[in-house]
Amino acid sequence: MSDLKFSNEHEWVDVEDGIATVGISDYAQEQLGDVVYVELPEVGQQIAREGQAAVVESVKAASEIYAPAGGEVVEVNNALEDEPGLVNGDPTGGGWFFKLKLDDEAELAGLMDADAYQEYVEELG
Amino acid sequence: MDGTNGTDSESIKTTPLHDSHVALGAKMVPFTGYSMPLQYPTGILKEHFHTRESASLFDVSHMGQISIWGDGAAHALEWLVPGDIIGLAPWSLRYTQFTNAEGGIRDDLMVTNAEGRLLLVVNAACKDADLGLLEIGFRGAVDVAMHNDKALIALQGPAAAAVMARHAPASAALKFMTAGTMKVAGADAIVSRSGYTGEDGFEISVYGEDARHVWEALAAAPEVAPAGLGARDSLRLEAGLCLYGHDIDETTSPVEAGLLWSIGKRRREEGGFPGAERIQAEIADGATRRRVGILPEGRAPVRENTEILSAGDEPIGKVTSGGFGPSAGGPVAMGYVDAAHAKAGNAVGLMLRGKKVPASIVKLPFTAHRYHKD
Repeated sequence: MSDLKFSNEHEWVDVEDGIATVGISDYAQEQLGDVVYVELPEVGQQIAREGQAAVVESVKAASEIYAPAGGEVVEVNNALEDEPGLVNGDPTGGGWFFKLKLDDEAELAGLMDADAYQEYVEELG
Repeated sequence: MDGTNGTDSESIKTTPLHDSHVALGAKMVPFTGYSMPLQYPTGILKEHFHTRESASLFDVSHMGQISIWGDGAAHALEWLVPGDIIGLAPWSLRYTQFTNAEGGIRDDLMVTNAEGRLLLVVNAACKDADLGLLEIGFRGAVDVAMHNDKALIALQGPAAAAVMARHAPASAALKFMTAGTMKVAGADAIVSRSGYTGEDGFEISVYGEDARHVWEALAAAPEVAPAGLGARDSLRLEAGLCLYGHDIDETTSPVEAGLLWSIGKRRREEGGFPGAERIQAEIADGATRRRVGILPEGRAPVRENTEILSAGDEPIGKVTSGGFGPSAGGPVAMGYVDAAHAKAGNAVGLMLRGKKVPASIVKLPFTAHRYHKD
């Protein structure tokens, strides 16, 4: 948990060997409410930094998820198809969205660590 | 029936139950000028299912409660609505609409014949305009008053009757779309057997100063949990009920909206309400478009304003309400399509994020109504 990095769009990223696992933060799932559907990218799809990568739908509304860095989608979390509620129940674990093979890991340099993100969220009120 | 979102945080109003919502941990949002509970910590899905399985308590005090009285009040109201008000039996409710000169809908409302008075419940977003319409339309011939001192609490679900019977024994005698005056947990109330969820239930009008006591008495029942605007919307969508400003508005007629059942035989023949010309013509010849239920294939919710395509990919209409139906177990929607495509079973397409999602026209409601009719 502590080595996750966060974007100001409330995505989290966990990087291992040039592969970034991406999901949404606990704060984001709390704001969305009950998630009922996640539209995931295709494996093999190339996504640009800040390009639309997924759509998460709660009972109330649809929200777009953007890639925090550019790369190729190498895996998606198919478990979300049958159990979208994982995004609420385990946002930084079983509720992950997709894995990206990063074009350039340096693109993640601007992300916040957990403490900085916590402060950022608290400022949002 | 609620319409557009209010956003003016400077002048945001609260209901008499505001402190109860905050104490329950509700997520409060601005809605039609009021701070209202969107959901409680349990979340919309659980609140939705609890309503269908047991009973939920809703604060709908933002809605307008108006009474009109004086000689000829029923006749006067018939100048403004197509519903049969003169023929409304004492302590019965009628669903009707304020129509405009073009046969569109200015607001939809419930009317109760309270023997000597007619009680109107109108949408929060329209209530000031409705009051003006009544005052101008009646030209002083009939008295009109808005009851901003009143709260409105809805108890909805299959366990509602048992809970109400403990706090208001007289409520057991009410059938769907009837009302009466009675004490609820000791407070003076007007109780109707009605609601906006498709379930059996009650709407309880009390003085603002009694609202918190009545709410807490009902909320203390083991069968009861609070539910917010989020669940109210998913419940009414599954029940196929119109949301004003979305499924019905100034451009849609009651006939197009599938609300002809709310216009009695005498009114259809006699007219005498705003827009009667168009509405009577549509009764005779059929409307050119119809409100329909739409069942998208797959799991993705389809939202308001999504374009609807025919089997031949021609645009035939738009979604007016859409989302996830928890009890339906998937996406559900309503919208208007050209009359030629409105038949249940017709295959259509929905344009979702640049891709066509197959869907079919279905009969409403998505979840069967379970009203207490006899």
